[in-house]
Amino acid sequence: MAIDKKQDGRAKKEYLFDKPANVKRLLWTLYSCLIGLILIDLFIAKHPYFPWEEYPSFYAAYGFVSCVLLVLAAKYILRKMVKRREDYYDR
Amino acid sequence: MIGSIPPAFILLFGAILIPFLKNRTLRNGYILLLPVVSLINIIGLPPGVESWVWSFLGHKIILGRVDALSLPFGYIFSLAALIGAIYSLQGRSDEHVAAMLYGGSALGAVFAGDFLSLFVFWEIMAFAAAYLVWAGRTPASYQAGLRYLLVHLFGGLCLLIGIVIHVQETGSVAFNAVGLSGLSSYLILTGFGINAAFPLLHAWLPDAYPEASATGTVFLSAFTTKTAVYVLARAFAGADLLIWIGAAMVAFPIFYAVIENNLRRVLSYSLINQVGFMVVGVGIGTELALNGTVAHAFSHILYKALLFMSMGAVLQQTGKINATDLGGLYRTMPLTTIFCIIGAASISGVPLFSGFISKAMVISAAGIGQLGFIWFILIFASAGVFHHSGIKIPFFAFFGHDSGLRPKEAPLNMLIAMGIAAFFCIAIGIFPGYLYSILPYPVDYVPYTAAHVVDQLQLLFFSALAFTLLILSGIYPAEMRCVNLDADWFYRKGAKAFMSLLNNPLAKAGAALSRLVFDLIPRGLLQFSRDPVSSIRITSESILSHLSHSPARQAYLSDEIKRARENYPHNLKKHWTVAPTATWIVLLLLVYLIIYYFF
Repeated sequence: MAIDKKQDGRAKKEYLFDKPANVKRLLWTLYSCLIGLILIDLFIAKHPYFPWEEYPSFYAAYGFVSCVLLVLAAKYILRKMVKRREDYYDR
Repeated sequence: MIGSIPPAFILLFGAILIPFLKNRTLRNGYILLLPVVSLINIIGLPPGVESWVWSFLGHKIILGRVDALSLPFGYIFSLAALIGAIYSLQGRSDEHVAAMLYGGSALGAVFAGDFLSLFVFWEIMAFAAAYLVWAGRTPASYQAGLRYLLVHLFGGLCLLIGIVIHVQETGSVAFNAVGLSGLSSYLILTGFGINAAFPLLHAWLPDAYPEASATGTVFLSAFTTKTAVYVLARAFAGADLLIWIGAAMVAFPIFYAVIENNLRRVLSYSLINQVGFMVVGVGIGTELALNGTVAHAFSHILYKALLFMSMGAVLQQTGKINATDLGGLYRTMPLTTIFCIIGAASISGVPLFSGFISKAMVISAAGIGQLGFIWFILIFASAGVFHHSGIKIPFFAFFGHDSGLRPKEAPLNMLIAMGIAAFFCIAIGIFPGYLYSILPYPVDYVPYTAAHVVDQLQLLFFSALAFTLLILSGIYPAEMRCVNLDADWFYRKGAKAFMSLLNNPLAKAGAALSRLVFDLIPRGLLQFSRDPVSSIRITSESILSHLSHSPARQAYLSDEIKRARENYPHNLKKHWTVAPTATWIVLLLLVYLIIYYFF
């Protein structure tokens, strides 16, 4: 039962990500994991179904690129096509 | 005696008693008991045996076809009914009745060995599910429920026509492999496909599921689509068409999920995406692929229910479900947050969670079959599903910007239900052997190899990096209050257009036609018979005056018409005397005689 007492001017309860330092810590953890994964990838024996799976860090590149393309396509193509006012079907 | 009741009957007939139990504790105990008894009953069924076989009009009705394909669905449906019952324990009795009828009919469809009983259970499912949508008790849920029912009744009709033709062709109602050939099989496929949310037949799902009650959606997410996956695996395993349908299902919903604001609708789109993996597995049809389909259905029901439960808890505690209204809830709903993250990790296929060990089987089957293009789509969708279900759902609800909302943690029964689902998500992920042991075929698949784990982690972490960078740079599409058009546009706007076509042009044409037939023609005939000469004159002069462009001539003609009208009934005697009348009658009789004699 934590109530936000900001309006009262009294002490406000601090939560985990209210501190910017914690957010930064999380981001740095993510970045170090990424580097670690790229490094580990070089030393692992693969058993691929397709030749392209053998490229170093293929999955990393494919995951990153496809997510960026996904978001851009959704934002600039799909949303342009299908977005309507919230009461579109009620009018 | 347990083990001697048809699997569907415990929930179906047990549900009838629920409204009569007025004592709350007794009612709740009874509601929890039903799925437990159902589960024990199914565990006690002897595999490979057809039980409860009746003869009906010369056909064999089988209510208990127990084999390696139906059993896993029987287990997971009973478990889903139990988890849903715990989650909705504080709900109204009528919802519980609908939920138990729904679960019972899903079990009935799974264990049905013939098309007739399959069809009956199929229809009960449609009505029970529509009731759960209506249980949302808003005008929007009333309308969405009606649309849901209409779409599913249409699907049921396709199925029924297909079944009738199929029975005519084969002479048997047995429900076995159908294979794609001929009209009947495509009709059956359409009926199944509507429930499986095939592309363009899918719109009922993101339309209705987000409008159901917070608890109803948990049941909805489990039964309809997975029953459809089961019947597809039974009837159309190895049909190449399903690979492509499944690939389309896997890909297109993730684009919608990225721009959708209603978080339960995001989950609905990701549900279609996940069912797509199963449909691809059915289409590939190898032992590994079918194992993957069943395993993925099993783990999917658990993590999707978990995700819908966490969003249902958010909806119930805050009254809001749009990403634009939510954010920062981790502060006061920490347990729900953790459960949601566990569900998100499972659907994304993070190693040690259930999605990892099941989805990989389908993807590997595509790899072994050297289906390169399909493989690329499946991997793309794996990254995409992490993006919108794995990160977006928890991020926008529990983290992100602080909405200022400080709701209480979800009630205990909801937390217990989420806890059970979360437990299974992790247990299946860490000990896949138990799930693998109940699959239709012997499993020779090792999910935890170093390469697989690292590949999957790379895919997920770099998808997370993409999300992080897009959010930090402000490129990530802001959530908006809006409607995103989908295939339901065709019938929602189409029905409106049809009604306005009926109300305006068609209604006018109908009125004009009835005026012509019942008014103008009889009156004209009447006038003609009284005084043919002047009625012809009035008509021809009216037509001439309509055609004429000169005002002087029009004025002259209207004068003439006026004069003719004034004289009209009076000059009857001038032309119509007895002698000519008698002559006419004689002539007519003569003509009649000639016709009678010579023809």
